[in-house]
Amino acid sequence: MSQATLEIVKISGHAGPVPGAGVERAEQVCKLIDTTTCIGCKACEVACLEWNGYSFGETVFDNSYQTMPETRWNYWNLIKFNEHEREDGSMMLLMRKDQCMHCSDPGCLTACPADGAIVQYSNGIVDFQQANCIGCGYCVSGCPFNIPKFNPATKKMFKCTLCSDRVSEGLEPACIKSCPTGCLHFGTKDDMTALANTRVKQLKENYGIEKAGLYDPQGVGGTGVMYVLHDVTNPEAYGNLPKDPHIPWVVRFWKGPAKWIGNLAMIGGIVGVTLHYLRFGPKVVHDPDARTGEQA
Amino acid sequence: MSTSQVVSAARVEDRRDGAILRYTLAERVHHWIAALTYIYCLITGLAFWSPYTFWLAVLVGGAAAARFWHPWVGVLFFISVMWMYKMWRSDMAITQADLRWKAAIGHYIRNEDEGLPPIGRFNYGQKLFFWVMFWGIILLLLSGIGLWFVESIAWSWRWLRYLCVTVHVAAGLGTIGAFIIHVYMGTAMVRGGFTSIIRGEVSPAWAKTHHRLWYEKMVRGNNQRP
Repeated sequence: MSQATLEIVKISGHAGPVPGAGVERAEQVCKLIDTTTCIGCKACEVACLEWNGYSFGETVFDNSYQTMPETRWNYWNLIKFNEHEREDGSMMLLMRKDQCMHCSDPGCLTACPADGAIVQYSNGIVDFQQANCIGCGYCVSGCPFNIPKFNPATKKMFKCTLCSDRVSEGLEPACIKSCPTGCLHFGTKDDMTALANTRVKQLKENYGIEKAGLYDPQGVGGTGVMYVLHDVTNPEAYGNLPKDPHIPWVVRFWKGPAKWIGNLAMIGGIVGVTLHYLRFGPKVVHDPDARTGEQA
Repeated sequence: MSTSQVVSAARVEDRRDGAILRYTLAERVHHWIAALTYIYCLITGLAFWSPYTFWLAVLVGGAAAARFWHPWVGVLFFISVMWMYKMWRSDMAITQADLRWKAAIGHYIRNEDEGLPPIGRFNYGQKLFFWVMFWGIILLLLSGIGLWFVESIAWSWRWLRYLCVTVHVAAGLGTIGAFIIHVYMGTAMVRGGFTSIIRGEVSPAWAKTHHRLWYEKMVRGNNQRP
């Protein structure tokens, strides 16, 4: 999509300053997904495919309603179905719409080595720019939510764009538009947080769901996609939603201190051999049995 | 035994000016296959390493092409190193003479070569370089496969993704350190070394100075191959 319409605040693999650094926009956009009102109809899955122009892929049946085990490069929005046993022994179905979380501190962008392949706009959307993508897959290692996926045909990475094209035109994302129960909301981060808090209060007071809460993990600086969960103390029950996601420390070290340690070591090596040459020079060939006139 | 007798004993091919064959054609070809594939992986690897070296990819056709070829050329490098292992395995074994030489390595660094015990075809430093590259490429290949097919590593095994990143970076930096020293010594420090890996020949004086036991073996054993 056009980068000109949105200010860019973070750029992957970028040496030097970022054009939109320091730009402040009052509104951070945010999706709010209320898992307590999701009916698992998958309208959002279809709307995502339709808007982004992908045909419906092959499904994988695994004794559940779930379309496939995880998102694909051309299937960015997947409802995860999980059977869960309540404390009283009765069964409930947990349904969670899985997609890119649009982290404030994106692991994919941190890990990416390609200049401009991943950008973050000032409205919070984390977007892949396939023209700059080199298909290395580092973002796969950087993401704490297992989201970026590789297209082997084009050798580019893909994921949910939070419909950055629609949002830049003042429209809500396609998934939000399609939801029949009103479980999906879209607005500013502040509005969505307020709405979520109201809903959590309602769940606790009116329905006695004491562990209800808002999932907005601070380990990645908060996310542009938030969940209301029946049990916020156990997000793993919703299909591998991590309890305390953060950029893997290996990736942090690799993209941080390791760079400087490595660069210093390499430069030090070159400087070292240069100094050695200046101090000691080349080795002189001497022949212990030298006989004048016989040497090559 | 005069040098001219040595030459006739050590030579089957016609050598210039009594030169001694140090590297056979096959050894030289394999060295340069390894060198070129390594340098390609070095340039492209550094491009992926840091935003400040990303421009290096431009030298080899852009970052996407670099990403496509880096693993394949890496496999070629692996094969060439394994071939060198097959050729040089026995030559590269650390001997008692090497340990004595290692103990006196300070003399070597300070160019006080007269204070060094005699050594064979390769000195301890050369052998160390060989083994750093040998184990380096094994680690780079194993971890590189993990990076190459990162999505094939299941989410529940993602610690392996992180391990691959760590090992690939550490092994890569290790080989770069060895490579810097190797290139410096082969070109600037030990004169005649670079010629020997191109034309295969060294002078008897060079052989006596740097690899006296090997020189004596070539002479006494009537060796026709290094």
